[in-house]
Amino acid sequence: MNKLSVDHLLGIKSLNESDINLIFKTASHFKEVINRPIKKVPTLRDITIANLFFENSTRTKISFELAEKRLGADIINFSSSSSSVKKGESLIDTVNNILAMKVDMIVLRHPNPGSSFLLSQHTDSCIINAGDGAHEHPTQALLDSFSLYENLGDIKNKNILIVGDILHSRVALSNIYTLNLLGANVKLSCPLSLLPKDIEKLNVSVETDIVKALKWCDAVNVLRVQSERMQKSYFPDNREYSMLFGLDINKLNKIKKDILILHPGPINRGVEITSDIVESNNSIILDQVENGVAIRMAIIYLLASKMNFSINE
Amino acid sequence: MPNKILLDSKKIEIILSRLVYQLIENHKDFQDTVLLGLQPRGIFLIDKILEVFKRDHPNIEIKSGILDYTFFRDDFRRSEKILSASSTKIDFSIENKNVVLIDDVLFTGRSIKAAMSSIDTYGRPKSIELLVLIDRRFKREIPIEANYCGAKIDTFKGDRVKVLWGEKLKDNVIYIES
Repeated sequence: MNKLSVDHLLGIKSLNESDINLIFKTASHFKEVINRPIKKVPTLRDITIANLFFENSTRTKISFELAEKRLGADIINFSSSSSSVKKGESLIDTVNNILAMKVDMIVLRHPNPGSSFLLSQHTDSCIINAGDGAHEHPTQALLDSFSLYENLGDIKNKNILIVGDILHSRVALSNIYTLNLLGANVKLSCPLSLLPKDIEKLNVSVETDIVKALKWCDAVNVLRVQSERMQKSYFPDNREYSMLFGLDINKLNKIKKDILILHPGPINRGVEITSDIVESNNSIILDQVENGVAIRMAIIYLLASKMNFSINE
Repeated sequence: MPNKILLDSKKIEIILSRLVYQLIENHKDFQDTVLLGLQPRGIFLIDKILEVFKRDHPNIEIKSGILDYTFFRDDFRRSEKILSASSTKIDFSIENKNVVLIDDVLFTGRSIKAAMSSIDTYGRPKSIELLVLIDRRFKREIPIEANYCGAKIDTFKGDRVKVLWGEKLKDNVIYIES
């Protein structure tokens, strides 16, 4: 298989195992490219990509931008705060106007779940979901699993723990789908108030005793408490959350084994994870950031390779 | 039509020895020279060349690597065929080095053009040379010639030149598939 089964990347749910393996294989080639003295290839020199960010973002936006530039694409950046969206323009109208300027691909981050799917149905462009509300964040999950794959080898039957605010996290859902497709065992650990209803139906188990869960796992992905998405209080305070679910040296000392530590960022140091753990040898948080560029280059390359080139003769 | 054998293992072995002598003539102790096999098929030829070096000239130390030029090809999105990359392995600097690119068959020249562009991302070599086993002359689409050539052959449009590498030097064969 050298072709993705999809024409857009809307979520992991629409991918299959060979898609993920193809993305990983291609990403490993791009990782070599971004470690060369000159990190740029001309492959996408005839493609224009618009990054539409209707929500704040630091690393995802920079990572996509770098990936696009290193593939040689032309890019335009858009943020909702300084656009006509403020004047009442709809998402579809905004995007169709941008596409009229001969843009080939859209990278969309939007607070509404399903917004990427909506665009894919109503516009004639290739769409990459860079996070839609609390629904999916496929590129983050792919770079998380790629980082696991680099460190653990085949992650089939490996035990992966996800700790944190599962309820508000698009990263959690996309990670669960990816890890399931790759055959890993997935466990969640968080206050029950931050656990989505019926989550067990996604082939995951739940353990509220974090030390027990840490003993079980080969790697733990620590998620941020997303206070900005919380309409009400889900736990008494950060101090209590940190004591019960925060990753610190005391809890890791109790498990008496080495496990890999991941975090998609941004990190609230001292809440879900302490600084010494972030900077420890078992942390692969900065590997995740580096792999993010390679994974996004691979996805853009593979989607672009399905778009036929045409010259008006 | 049956496949026409162009070169049998004996002829290939003579050619490989000659190519190695020609390289030594121009690069002496290989202090400032590196060999790069081009993916996907040049990596078999470079293996055979290194085998001859090791067997006949064990005192010469050669730096060698593998180069994939997929992301520099000029036919991305030009056909139904999706271009899949292969691995690259260059564990040394090529800055100011003499680089010898190694491929099995020189045909249109476009692959070599892509490989030369790809080289630039690793630094600025002192020189770039090309070594090929088979030169399908009269089929060139861009002005590229090999510095070291095993054999020149004339083929019809639609012919495919196949190079089969065996486990040992005596198992190698090159033929035309019509």
